[in-house]
Amino acid sequence: MRGSKSRSGFDGEEGGSYKGDKTVTNKIKIGHVHMSGCTGCLVSLADNNLGLIKILDDYADLVYSLTLADVRHIPEMDVALVEGSVCIQDHESVEEIKETRKKSKIVVALGSCSSYGNITRFCRGGQHNQPQHESFLPIGDLIDVDVYIPGCPPSPELIRNVAVMAYLLLEGNEDQKALAGKYLKPLMDLAKRGTTGCFCDLMDDVINQGLCMGCGTCAASCPVRAITIEFGKPQGERDLCIKCGSCYGACPRSFFNFEVIDEFEGINEIIAEALKLGENDD
Amino acid sequence: MMIEDPYLGRYVTCVSARSTDKEILKKAQDGGIATALMVYALEQGIIDGTIVAGEGDRPWQSKPAVAMSREDILKAQGTKYNISPQISWLKEATRSYGLDKVGITGVCCQMQAVRKAQLYPINMRDIPGKVAFTVGLFCMENFPYKSMQSIVEDHAAQSLSSVKKMEITKGKFWVYTERGNVATVPLKDTHKYEQPGCHVCLDYVSNLGDISTGSVGSPDGWSTVFIRTKVGNEIWSRAVADGMFETKPIEEVKPGLDLLRKLAKEKIDKNQKTIEERKTFGVNKALRNPYA
Repeated sequence: MRGSKSRSGFDGEEGGSYKGDKTVTNKIKIGHVHMSGCTGCLVSLADNNLGLIKILDDYADLVYSLTLADVRHIPEMDVALVEGSVCIQDHESVEEIKETRKKSKIVVALGSCSSYGNITRFCRGGQHNQPQHESFLPIGDLIDVDVYIPGCPPSPELIRNVAVMAYLLLEGNEDQKALAGKYLKPLMDLAKRGTTGCFCDLMDDVINQGLCMGCGTCAASCPVRAITIEFGKPQGERDLCIKCGSCYGACPRSFFNFEVIDEFEGINEIIAEALKLGENDD
Repeated sequence: MMIEDPYLGRYVTCVSARSTDKEILKKAQDGGIATALMVYALEQGIIDGTIVAGEGDRPWQSKPAVAMSREDILKAQGTKYNISPQISWLKEATRSYGLDKVGITGVCCQMQAVRKAQLYPINMRDIPGKVAFTVGLFCMENFPYKSMQSIVEDHAAQSLSSVKKMEITKGKFWVYTERGNVATVPLKDTHKYEQPGCHVCLDYVSNLGDISTGSVGSPDGWSTVFIRTKVGNEIWSRAVADGMFETKPIEEVKPGLDLLRKLAKEKIDKNQKTIEERKTFGVNKALRNPYA
């Protein structure tokens, strides 16, 4: 970070060097595994625009993606971004998710179908040409998952942040690894927490626990506007809830890691720096 | 040079200040800092709209609103001691209102919510890049609307619709009416009405705002102002250079930072204790720790 004094000390003067210096050269291998999802998550990934180009240029090779890469079988990967839930009546999908686990260092549930089932929870089957395809499970019900990126669709910026942090975790120097580990931890904790998401999580784990302070974040994060704030507390229209789990993940009282979020200015700079196009890239 | 204080957070500078705008000062809670800053940012094109705590359907009910003019920002002036879910409009501001540079005024927990939404944007598309300027307010605790109603109508025996201003200072909840009546309620009587979620909050001075402000530490009619980020520093420097604020070094005013630090410590220590007590709330059963 040229000429700027980071308040976080990430610029190397106090806390070591998190930034720049071309200390890292190996690209990591990422893949996009498409289970039962609408491709909205992949579109979100692509919506990073030049940021995605930069990631693919400098940090990661896209080694698998039905839509974007001409590769037929799941290869060895550092990071598998899995979109969609798994239809357990579809033999191929079940095999593919298991193979993804075997061949990947880090499995990321990309989006709410993969994390929580989301809208595919409401499937009842009965559609041509596979009417028997009726049961869809989030991938965490079939394999161990390392990181959740909830959202319907997940926001491009969160996918970007996880991609940059995964790179730093695998290929960065010691300080960068430590930062990436701290950043990713809450998303790893979400993966450990469970495979169902719902407005009910706000009731069970925030409001009923005496933790809600009425900030309104949940209402902003809800993709179907099922949440309104009445007299300072969230009310969920539970028939509208698609069980995406976004409200709980977004809530500042679900997780709040001061050691990362207090450093927002420095981390935003690191990410901006990582994605800055070089002079030859323009 | 960043100053780091366990109770006052990180900041570049701290001053006592008030707006130089007569119209803003007339209705200001204290020095009119939040209002004047947002008006300045809007007029300078730093933001193209801002989320404010506007008026709800009932007297003194606060309700977030997206203000896109000086007039709308001024309408939201003054502290309303009940919950305004500011962040509920954060995404909508970038969509229905089409804002690319969003300003937000809010209390400590809402500044935390904004920064979490920027670093972990879970279903918060566009938010990381479109939050342009945040002003955080000092906050000891907040009240649900019905709590505030009980305090004003039952304890202070004033009709909410007759109230001109409310204030918490010098150990009391003050109610000023349009006809000049002044009623007070000792804070020990208001504590039970506080929003429970406030009791685990570990921030008194909006550590995560670009700028944070509140009355404590400064003389009547002035506000204490912390400049905390590069964005905040840039905007503050320009606003002061453009004559938007009168300032005094915080070291030269009474009661000064010692009082602020004392109150911040009281809040944070008390709430740390609450978080500890939650660990053994039941029999071998803990209440959830939001920071674990």
